[in-house]
Amino acid sequence: MQQLVFAVATMVAGVLGCAAYFWGTSFLLDLIFPSKGRSGIEGSRNLRITNAIRPWLFLAPALFALTIYLIYPVIMSVWFSVHDRGGQNFVGASNYVWMLNDGEFRQSIFNNFLWLLVVPALATFFGLVIAALTDRIWWGNIAKTLIFMPMAISFVGAAVIWKFIYDYRAEGTEQIGLLNAIVVAFGGDPQAWITLPFWNNFFLMAILVWIQTGFAMVILSAALRGIPEETVEAAVIDGANGWQIFFKIMVPQIWGTIAVVWTTITILVLKVFDIVLAMTNGQWQSQVLANLMFDWMFRGGGDFGRGAAIAVVIMVLVIPIMVWNIRNAAKEMKGH
Amino acid sequence: MNPATRSPLTWAVHLSVLLLVALWTLPTAGLLISSLRDKDQLAVSGWWTALSTSTQNIVARAPGADTQVERDGKFVISGDVLEGTAAGEVSAFGFSSQKPTAFKAGETAELNDGEKLTVQADGSFEIVSDTKMEGSRGQRIFFTAAVPPRFTFDNYVEVLSAEGIGASFINSLTVAIPSTIIPILIAAFAAYALAWMPFPGRAILIAVVVGLLVVPLQMSLIPLLKLYNGVGAFFGVPAKTYVGIWLAHTGFGLPLAIYLLRNYMAGLPREIMESARVDGASDFDIFVKIILPLSFPALASFAIFQFLWTWNDLLVAIVFLGAGQDELVLTGRLVNLLGSRGGNWEILTASAFITIIVPLIVFFSLQRYLVRGLLAGSVKGG
Repeated sequence: MQQLVFAVATMVAGVLGCAAYFWGTSFLLDLIFPSKGRSGIEGSRNLRITNAIRPWLFLAPALFALTIYLIYPVIMSVWFSVHDRGGQNFVGASNYVWMLNDGEFRQSIFNNFLWLLVVPALATFFGLVIAALTDRIWWGNIAKTLIFMPMAISFVGAAVIWKFIYDYRAEGTEQIGLLNAIVVAFGGDPQAWITLPFWNNFFLMAILVWIQTGFAMVILSAALRGIPEETVEAAVIDGANGWQIFFKIMVPQIWGTIAVVWTTITILVLKVFDIVLAMTNGQWQSQVLANLMFDWMFRGGGDFGRGAAIAVVIMVLVIPIMVWNIRNAAKEMKGH
Repeated sequence: MNPATRSPLTWAVHLSVLLLVALWTLPTAGLLISSLRDKDQLAVSGWWTALSTSTQNIVARAPGADTQVERDGKFVISGDVLEGTAAGEVSAFGFSSQKPTAFKAGETAELNDGEKLTVQADGSFEIVSDTKMEGSRGQRIFFTAAVPPRFTFDNYVEVLSAEGIGASFINSLTVAIPSTIIPILIAAFAAYALAWMPFPGRAILIAVVVGLLVVPLQMSLIPLLKLYNGVGAFFGVPAKTYVGIWLAHTGFGLPLAIYLLRNYMAGLPREIMESARVDGASDFDIFVKIILPLSFPALASFAIFQFLWTWNDLLVAIVFLGAGQDELVLTGRLVNLLGSRGGNWEILTASAFITIIVPLIVFFSLQRYLVRGLLAGSVKGG
């Protein structure tokens, strides 16, 4: 309780501090370069100066935080990746060489590749199908809310939920995990799903698909509603059936949105860490880059060089999407 | 389409959506139901059987020989095997682990040393012997009992008190609330500058913000950990503090906040600002009196995102706040429990439900802002 009071007090102080900063600097600026009531050259000169300075006053705290928490670390991670475990001695590319020869790293790259193939594809596919289906029924909004709900659940919470589904009891005893109960009901043998090498990756992916489908559904549903009615009507008149209308008329019109959904989930997949940590912690050949990186940060007192090198690999994988996003945003701005 | 063909198709749509909804809700429903079940039942039967009566094999031990009473020249030990269990009715019993269900309730079993054991369906039992019984350890009684479904809040009471979930709940709140409020204020001013104040380099700054949106958190961890350790050592304060994690969440949340708010503010009508400016209002006045109130939907969207993200976050919390018993947030505690109490589903399900209840409440009450924020943050890029 005490710490909550402390938190609220700090928060109030922080908010007041921010407000005081923005108000105070604005006030000072007007005091030093007064433009109101000044006439002629001096007034307009002061107005010009204040107009040039004020944006930077508004931006300063944000730029400061972005620099410290994102830009500086990106540069420093690259720097750490060519230094030894404590960050003292330059070691050249040896962290990267170690990486390429490390079986666990190659396993992680392979698994990440699987994740990248499967999760965005399945989440987008389910999202699209659900968006299209729920638009046609009266209780569609309720269905959407329920499918959207896992989005609010933490990866760790979701991991517990699904670990319970994958729970395994020895053959012959009653299964309390849903999946094994179904398998047994159909006459199969119960399996310890998350310990099956290779296949366990897919059982972990199911969790992320479960979480992300709602996101894809919400965005694609809005895009589907934005499709002009006339195009669909024209297709109906031409005698197209439901499948043709959906795949040949509607889907091509929302390719842009599908791409955005796909890339957003792709970024998320590259960073996935909590699920693997909670489910297997990388055992049984289910390691991924983000968890491997976390592992090296603390393993044996922490190897910052190797950890940073793995982080840099994740960053490099993200860069194409980053460039694509920036281009799109620039196009968008010109359109305004 | 004529009605005759439409009808089966409509049914197919209804059925497939129903199936998908079931797939997406059953996992969470299973968790909730399990967390409310009696822990002995939870351990032996699936949550989908929660409403049916289950049978359970239980072992009880009769009291020792010192409790025997003499009755009609015989020595009797009596008691109730169901005492302390949730079970309702005994159907069978036995006295050895090889044959735990050798006798039906009400029958009398002859024990090896001439004693006679009778267990009734209601659980009461008697051990009758012609001679005085000896030994302090009582007879083991195996029995099968029908257990009526039982729901209880015991699991919640246990995790909130004994497993430290209650303390972690407070920690999570302490992390999430300031981490949500602080970035909003900083981002709102920056977003206004990027949307409505002309200055050289504005387009580049916006591009930088868009770029930073996707920078993986992993890139920040090691340098910031080093930086925090350095700052901590320099000022002689601990490196892992709440202030540190609030600022970290602020930094990581800012790109999305600035991006969302700038997009929203840029869409506000120019005329409002121009007429205010003609009336002599300064940028500061315009921002506080006009832009902020008008931007409420966007502010709410971001606030929900940031709250969900900071509440649900595990990585930032364990790196910048630490994994000690006192500072663990809910997600961190849950991971620890998965390791240490991996088989105790009554503890895991109740703990998990406590960690997800707050986001679920936020989700169901403020869903429309969440959807609006998602659309503003994603569709624009296409």
